[in-house]
Amino acid sequence: MRAPLALVPRGAPSRLWTWASPLLALLLTVACGMLLFGLLGQSPWQAVGMFFVEPLSTKRGVAEVLLKATPLALCAVGLALCFRANVWNIGAEGQLIAGSMAGAAVALAGAGSGSWIVGAAIVAAAAGGMAWASLTAWLRDRFNANEILVSLMLVYVAQLLLSYVVHGPLQDPAGYGFPQSPLFDRAARLPLLLAGTRLHVGFLLALAAAGAAWLVLARSVIGFQLRVAGVAPRAARYAGFSSRRVLWTVLLASGALAGIAGGAEVTGPIGQLTPSVSPGYGFAAIIVAFVGRLHPVGVVAASVLMALFYIGGELSQSRLGLPSSLTGVYQGLLLLFLLGADTLIVNRLRLRAAAA
Amino acid sequence: MTATPRLALRGIGKRYPGVVANDGVSLEVAAGEIHAILGENGAGKSTLVKIIAGAVAPDAGSIEFDGTPVAGADPAAARALGVAMVYQHFSLFDSLTVAENVALGVDRRFARGELAGAIGSAGERYGLPVDPAAHVHDLSMGERQRVEILRALLARPKLLILDEPTSVLTPQATEALFATLRQLAGEGVSVLFISHKLDEIRRLASRCTVMRAGRVVAVVDPRAESEQSLARLMIGGQPPQIAAHDTAPGQPRLLVDALPLADGGEPLSFDVRAGEIVGIAGISGNGQNALMALLAGERLARAESVRLDGAPIGALGPRERRALGLRYVPEERIGHGAVPELSLAENALLTIDRLHRRGFVQPAAAQAYANEVVRRFDVRCPGATARAGSLSGGNLQKYLVGREVLAEPQVLLANQPTWGVDVGAAAAIRNALIALRARGCAILVVSEEIDELFELADRLMVMAGGRLSPAVPAHRLPVDELGRWMAGRWPQAQP
Repeated sequence: MRAPLALVPRGAPSRLWTWASPLLALLLTVACGMLLFGLLGQSPWQAVGMFFVEPLSTKRGVAEVLLKATPLALCAVGLALCFRANVWNIGAEGQLIAGSMAGAAVALAGAGSGSWIVGAAIVAAAAGGMAWASLTAWLRDRFNANEILVSLMLVYVAQLLLSYVVHGPLQDPAGYGFPQSPLFDRAARLPLLLAGTRLHVGFLLALAAAGAAWLVLARSVIGFQLRVAGVAPRAARYAGFSSRRVLWTVLLASGALAGIAGGAEVTGPIGQLTPSVSPGYGFAAIIVAFVGRLHPVGVVAASVLMALFYIGGELSQSRLGLPSSLTGVYQGLLLLFLLGADTLIVNRLRLRAAAA
Repeated sequence: MTATPRLALRGIGKRYPGVVANDGVSLEVAAGEIHAILGENGAGKSTLVKIIAGAVAPDAGSIEFDGTPVAGADPAAARALGVAMVYQHFSLFDSLTVAENVALGVDRRFARGELAGAIGSAGERYGLPVDPAAHVHDLSMGERQRVEILRALLARPKLLILDEPTSVLTPQATEALFATLRQLAGEGVSVLFISHKLDEIRRLASRCTVMRAGRVVAVVDPRAESEQSLARLMIGGQPPQIAAHDTAPGQPRLLVDALPLADGGEPLSFDVRAGEIVGIAGISGNGQNALMALLAGERLARAESVRLDGAPIGALGPRERRALGLRYVPEERIGHGAVPELSLAENALLTIDRLHRRGFVQPAAAQAYANEVVRRFDVRCPGATARAGSLSGGNLQKYLVGREVLAEPQVLLANQPTWGVDVGAAAAIRNALIALRARGCAILVVSEEIDELFELADRLMVMAGGRLSPAVPAHRLPVDELGRWMAGRWPQAQP
């Protein structure tokens, strides 16, 4: 028996489906989410409520969503640049952690200084993320080491380093031995955007990063070079574009953005360096980058969506006593459905005529 | 025809958005017949054979194979019926070996180790030698084509479809392939032969279906036609004539001095003068691509081993060489000369460096440049915003040659400039090269098409086994002598 549906290749990739595919994936994810809620003994509509209505129904709720979207968008914009260039940096989590440590070190070292210190901390965080990403770039450039493995493994190195730092050099001496740094000064905290919420200016940095990335991709020579290097490396060599330059550019840029994300977390909502700086933002950003079609504007929208998943998971835990790992399940489902739906970009579904 | 035809197409229609690829096409191929389909690029030949191979579903019409109707598009079912296809655009996996590629494409099961032997013996039997253990990315276009043909033959087909199979073969290898095809036809295999080479069709096929703009315009016995009459049927008029050449070459512009293709390889030396076309003949895979990469700057060498107007450029990259006036049209259009996913305007940004300014690209200027190429070189496409990958082979090649020619290079390198291109486009490309020569450009053309080289080149060299023969005036090298040189047997001392 043949399946009644067949996939038929399209002549050219469908522009419509490039953007409809994430929406279809989202729809399927929501449907699955409702089913899952049903199986867990809750009303399926409660799932929609917890994930899409509740978080957006108050000013504070919206601010929390944008707050969570900030590190996701910063990381994912950088990753989109990497992935466009066919450089598979999946270590944004490590670069984020490196940035948070560097930012925290500067914020603590400058205790008692003026409000310029928070700017210095963010710059240090960008440098920290860049330094961490440069390890991957150097190993790939010098030894042709696989950047997927290297960047992923460096995440665990960064996590261990963070653990050491909060148990050692940056531990709060008056903290009863808890593995965390002292609280930062008021001056070393990012200014808030909305009074009464936790949303800080880091969100504007994320928007600016997306805008800059769009300009780079659409108009700059290096952006053109990285797009060509991504889809046709031989054409890049023919044109004389340097693949090393592209590799270093995208890795340093994404490292800096992930580092800023980490720095903005510690100088923003957290206010100190703790072992749990990131609930996996750097990894979730990989999904965000793909759901956003590796396009800076799409990435911003996708990061808001992913933030809803985080907050919806937390709400389900606190209100309904459901496991917060629902967030991870939804993230996974979204990526799975996206990859499936992306088949429709280059293929169309056709009903097979009944066999004669 | 009394017997049931092997293949019968009736009223096949296929439209794509904006194009009618096939319109009411009917075609019959008898068992053991060699049937040619002749047409320009874009005439709908490739779509038609994809429909026969089950890769594309027709919008209208019916297909019968040995009298049985074929329902729906299903490549596996077509293969099971005995249809084997050698595509014009290769469908090989670069990172796999020859044997692995063959194993993937053949439904027959081979025992471990048996396959390499089968490839070897089939290669010997049909005059298509390839190393089963070689990786495809190391093979030249010609060698890849051999792998495709072998893969098709190993499936023991009843209908063998070949899309432009001879464009990368030497005259001798073409003869060997034709002998094989005649032998297969004698065994009852039907052969469908897609080509735009009129002499080959006249020599090989007993019937010929001529297509123009998606329709069948004639079904003729090619042996009873002249090349001119076939060409007229195909393009609906006279083919463009090649302009004559009457200028004398000037000073050496490109000077290659003791340049080895690889470490320890034989050093190569030659020059190309202003207002001269030098041709490099030879079977692909004999070092032509390595030489072009070294000359274009994709690979670097000792600075003094390549000179442009006296300046050492061997250690410069492609952009610096372009800045000095050296330009290159590579052999592979898709993925090397052009990025298929990008528009023609964006593809202009690849090599037209003046469209970059202070780190930013100039989209409007790129658009204008691409439109100028499209207009001047008669590239048939919707305009500068068309994706490069959506153009037919001939039109994309016209665009790529035009992109480099419009930049008025001092030296132009062209690697297989008319490979897989229809007569009309090929003549246009050759005319563009000839006009460029008249403006004093030094042109180096690598080609496997002997006729093309005799038509274009002032002087000829032959490449074999990574070595270059002496350059001789083209008219002093008879074709049979050229065949000997292509096997690497040229006189050591220059006469």
